[in-house]
Amino acid sequence: MQSSIDSTSVVNYPAEVAHGSGHHAHPDHRILGVIVFLIAEAMIFLGLFTAYLTFRAVSPVWPPAGTPELELLLPGVNTIILISSSFVIHNADVAVKKNDVKGLQLWFAITAAMGAIFLVGQLYEYFHLEFGLKTNLFASTFYVLTGFHGLHVLFGLVLILGVLWRSRQPNHYSETSHFGVEAAEIYWHFVDVVWIVLFILLYLLK
Amino acid sequence: MTQTVPEQAIVTPAHGGSTESKREWRKYISFSTDHKVIGIQYLVTSFIFYLIGGFLATLVRTELATPASDLVSPDLYNGLFTVHATVMIFLWIVPAATGAFGNYLIPLLIGARDMAFPKLNAVAFWMIPPGGILLMSSFFFGAPGSGWTSYPPLSLVDNQVGEAIWILSVLILGTSSILGGVNFIVTILKMRAPGMGLNQMPLFCWAMLAASCLILVSTPVLAGALILLSFDLIVGTSFFNPTGGGDPIVYQHMFWFYSHPAVYIMILPVFGLISEILPVHSRKPIFGYKAIAYSSFAISFLGLIVWAHHMFTSGTPPWLRMFFMINTMIIAVPTGIKVFSWLATIWGGKLRLNSAMLFAMGFISMFVIGGISGVMVASVPFDIHVHDTYFIVAHLHYVLFGGSVFGLYAGIYHWFPKMSGRMINEKLGKAHFILTLIGFNICFLPMHKLGLEGMNRRIADYDPKFAVLNVVSTIGAYILAVSTFPFIFNVLYSIFKGEKAPSNPWGGLTFEWQTTSPPPHENFAVDPVLLIAPYEYGTEEAKEIIKAGPFLATAAAEG
Ligand SMILES: [Cu+2]
Repeated sequence: MQSSIDSTSVVNYPAEVAHGSGHHAHPDHRILGVIVFLIAEAMIFLGLFTAYLTFRAVSPVWPPAGTPELELLLPGVNTIILISSSFVIHNADVAVKKNDVKGLQLWFAITAAMGAIFLVGQLYEYFHLEFGLKTNLFASTFYVLTGFHGLHVLFGLVLILGVLWRSRQPNHYSETSHFGVEAAEIYWHFVDVVWIVLFILLYLLK
Repeated sequence: MTQTVPEQAIVTPAHGGSTESKREWRKYISFSTDHKVIGIQYLVTSFIFYLIGGFLATLVRTELATPASDLVSPDLYNGLFTVHATVMIFLWIVPAATGAFGNYLIPLLIGARDMAFPKLNAVAFWMIPPGGILLMSSFFFGAPGSGWTSYPPLSLVDNQVGEAIWILSVLILGTSSILGGVNFIVTILKMRAPGMGLNQMPLFCWAMLAASCLILVSTPVLAGALILLSFDLIVGTSFFNPTGGGDPIVYQHMFWFYSHPAVYIMILPVFGLISEILPVHSRKPIFGYKAIAYSSFAISFLGLIVWAHHMFTSGTPPWLRMFFMINTMIIAVPTGIKVFSWLATIWGGKLRLNSAMLFAMGFISMFVIGGISGVMVASVPFDIHVHDTYFIVAHLHYVLFGGSVFGLYAGIYHWFPKMSGRMINEKLGKAHFILTLIGFNICFLPMHKLGLEGMNRRIADYDPKFAVLNVVSTIGAYILAVSTFPFIFNVLYSIFKGEKAPSNPWGGLTFEWQTTSPPPHENFAVDPVLLIAPYEYGTEEAKEIIKAGPFLATAAAEG
């Protein structure tokens, strides 16, 4: 019974008609991969934000009585720096698409500096706040949310520095090949948007 | 179809020489980026964990053979059922259903040479063994004992080291699953062969697309919950600890936002396998292709808005319980659409009752029982009665064992010739099926009655009035344990001594049957082009194509 339905042979057309036999250049889907991965990242933050809002909703007083006031000046400046860095990094993308590697390096270096300032500012804030991780529920969510976001900024910074490092090689990035640049940029925008939501939730709506 | 197929020639298999085939096995323990190797790595690894999880279950059932807590300490008992569930979910069904079959089949089914991101794929697989070994190591430190749900505040006070290990392990396995999901989505969307639109995709790909979307949306929320839980556990914050002003209910919501969809992550790919297997062995076109394809997405979407049906007794307000009860019951509609489509597919077909088909039909009947008890527990008053009883244990095992595991076995039997290049022994396969079906029902059917009469789950001792049915159930568990022996023997024997498999032993129309068994590196000698929809069995066109051999041809080959 098996032999009647079995095709004893396999696909084996002559090589000249078989275009694409042998090793096959895989088309590049990495940007789509980055975007799909960021959906998962967004869901982690969404989950944590929802948890925060629920804690806030079910507590009789929010923030719990005795929570010291949050200073707004430093985080405000930090927010402006991070948001502007999104515009700065976009220039790098424009530059690389014109084959301008020097421009790419310049804009990435500025973005990296702005990211670093943001992180230092956040650490400074941590050391000068009047509440600690375990003070109360607001304090815990504050540190975990901003800390988790800070780790993402740090990771974005590493990506940017990695691109800078690679861009030293001539022709590594060009108008046709610039996955690293785009991926770092998309990631950076993502981290930015998350911060805007965080800032509104933790500092403004508190 | 009057296309002339060029003269056929036998291709030398990818692994020809004997010295080469001696080294062949090494690629399965290497950081291979070949999706077929990775798929088999997933399958073997997860099956080993299945045996471990099964061993733990056997210990649990042995403890429950008598009403007294006499075999192991109650503390160890808690660890046994907690790790049993965690292993079965995160190390067996999820990696086997998505990782093993997803990786092995998707590129073959859509005519691609590999996954979109082969390296990422290998990374995702190699997170599984460390995650699993880590989890098993928790037995040396006092295993986590608060159930696989790890509800605080219990999980914060009971065996804290074991609990921390559990959290880390689940985070690793969850990350692996997310990376896999990214790969499946991009591969299915972007790498299909020319001529294959979304509506010509084999149904397994639809199911994997729907399951991957669920993985992507829900797993991160579990990660968020576990991050907060680990802060409570290790640092002493009180997100979920009421004594510090926290709210344990928030954990339950976040946990079930993942863990209800997790049921669909474990069953949707298996639905996909069944949709592939039934038409091939019924020699009939699938009934209701679009209905089956789109209902996967309906299930995914609804699956995201039913989670609180696990929390009817957690002080959930009545209006919210209504909302979740109605949503849950609605899921029976897309699921029913699938079941009826499968029945219509085999109805009047020329059934080939081999092991794959038997397990597929076993899947339908057992899963329907689990589905019906699912509708029962969806209704609030009934659920309040059976909450945390053996009725729930019975229900979930009919879904996850009678459903997922039966389906996975069907998949293994169906694709074994493709994966190994050898035919599997049908007599042993049938013995395996009969033992599994009998053992499964003896083990889990009595639990419905035990639950209705009020026997609590997750407790080592119980009222002596439940003794008789528990003995029956334990005997069933032993039969199940024995049932794996013919299977393991069959696989090991057939890999080395089985009859050589032809490229298309079942007369399948999907792409994987149009290449050698096992397929060569990069799968196809030429880029395949879709000429006929995947399920046109029994039509004149299909008969001609199957007789002629491969239906893959490039446009150039026609001219
Ligand atoms: Cu559920």
